Amino acid sequence: MSLFELLRMLVYVVGVMAFVGLNAAYLVWAERKAAGRFQRRPGPTEVGYAGLLQPIADGIKLLSKQLIVPDGADAMLFRAAPLLVMMPAMMCLAVVPFSETLVGRNINVGLVFVFAFGTINVMAVMLSGWASRNKYAIISAARIVSQDVAYEIPMLLVVITLLMVTGTMNLHDIVEQQAGWFWHWNLFRLDVNPLMPVTFIIYFICMLAETNRAPFDMAEAESELVAGAFTEYAGMGFGVFFMAEYANVVVGCSMATVLFLGGWQSPFGVWPGVVWFLLKMYALVFTVIWVRWTFPRTQFYRLLNLSWKFLIPVSLFVLILTAAMMKVLRA
Amino acid sequence: MRKFLKEMGGGFYSLVLGMRITLEQFFKPTVTVHYPHESLKMAPRFRGHIELVRDPKTGKAICFACKVCEKACPSDCILVEGAKKEGEKRKSVTEFKLDFTKCSLCGSCVEACKSNALQFSREYNLASTRKEDFIMDLFKRLEAERVAAEPQPAASTPAEQPKPKPEPAAAQPKTEAP
Repeated sequence: MSLFELLRMLVYVVGVMAFVGLNAAYLVWAERKAAGRFQRRPGPTEVGYAGLLQPIADGIKLLSKQLIVPDGADAMLFRAAPLLVMMPAMMCLAVVPFSETLVGRNINVGLVFVFAFGTINVMAVMLSGWASRNKYAIISAARIVSQDVAYEIPMLLVVITLLMVTGTMNLHDIVEQQAGWFWHWNLFRLDVNPLMPVTFIIYFICMLAETNRAPFDMAEAESELVAGAFTEYAGMGFGVFFMAEYANVVVGCSMATVLFLGGWQSPFGVWPGVVWFLLKMYALVFTVIWVRWTFPRTQFYRLLNLSWKFLIPVSLFVLILTAAMMKVLRA
Repeated sequence: MRKFLKEMGGGFYSLVLGMRITLEQFFKPTVTVHYPHESLKMAPRFRGHIELVRDPKTGKAICFACKVCEKACPSDCILVEGAKKEGEKRKSVTEFKLDFTKCSLCGSCVEACKSNALQFSREYNLASTRKEDFIMDLFKRLEAERVAAEPQPAASTPAEQPKPKPEPAAAQPKTEAP
């Protein structure tokens, strides 16, 4: 390995970690601001201009607190869980192509890589609930597992549909295929699958459920489970979970951008690719926040019903339809 | 199957409708009052702690220490002392202690006062870290206000008229009530 390659790796590792940290901090700010605006409030205003220093103040507060491990908790798992939550999100960002050239590692199984590591998140949150030795945390852990198993299936079915259309798992190539005007994006590829927008919506719903965002935040349903799996975490232990939630949202939205919205491809051809990528991604992130502050939390059995009785049959139908149309049209 | 699709379509439409409504709210101006920097004007019938009413003619308290309010108070938080000064027809108040830590703002004292010498103030920024701040002498307060208001317009009383904080007579709850 040459020195340059080593240096490049170092820069990307630091870059990805900084990106995750910055996103987590400022998405919290953005979420609080947006939540305020949706309710005709201004949101944080006091710390810095328009409350821009608020996340830093919160971070310092969380860092200065003691990390308490409760009596009878599995100390090692308890401490490892926050790291296990954070790690996969960062790993995923290493293969996400931000632009034509800006990518940590362009591997030819990028798609599988992201969804494989994305699933570790579920296990880590479950571990945190298990290790806490707290009844609310246990209930939350059980909910997380059943919820994420339920939503993993339609999500992966949608991804398989996409995979049949693109024919490659290389994220770079997937974006390359969508070059040109916006009707080349996978979202509008109605020639292979007239239900493509529906597919995108299914992906988006599953992403919300996988990242435990409202209206699917059964894992930390405050009104029922205190803070769910994170009940026993103090200080930065809790802070890391909080950051990981936003990091996962960023990963999910990045994947949606890459798979459906043409990644760094611009619809008109102005501005460099990375700007377009971030624009599309943050538009999706805004939608995630928007959904959270619009819909109330669902009941748990309704959540499972939605997945097993609607999303899975529909995504299976889409899969079969796509397969049939590809066989017919491209024979 | 048709029913299923109809239900799904209807459900999705209602979700989109909900999102449209929240987005409309998103772009409307905020309605928050930034409290420490700005505050709302209290309504004229706001019931803060009681205060003595000033006689608009003399600028002094109307109260002549009849102690009816002291007797009317169910929580025993008022203590009135008065003295008859030389050359005056009736007594005048010299001390009006209100223990606000005990007061429940029932207003019995204001109701009991036959000469309308008591009223509710509109003050609500009453937070303090010391208990002593809530045991206040309303007479001393009134006098301090009067002294503070006096020096500027030398002797002319009409100029002084609008100075006192509670607008005379008109602001009294009793006369205002329909």
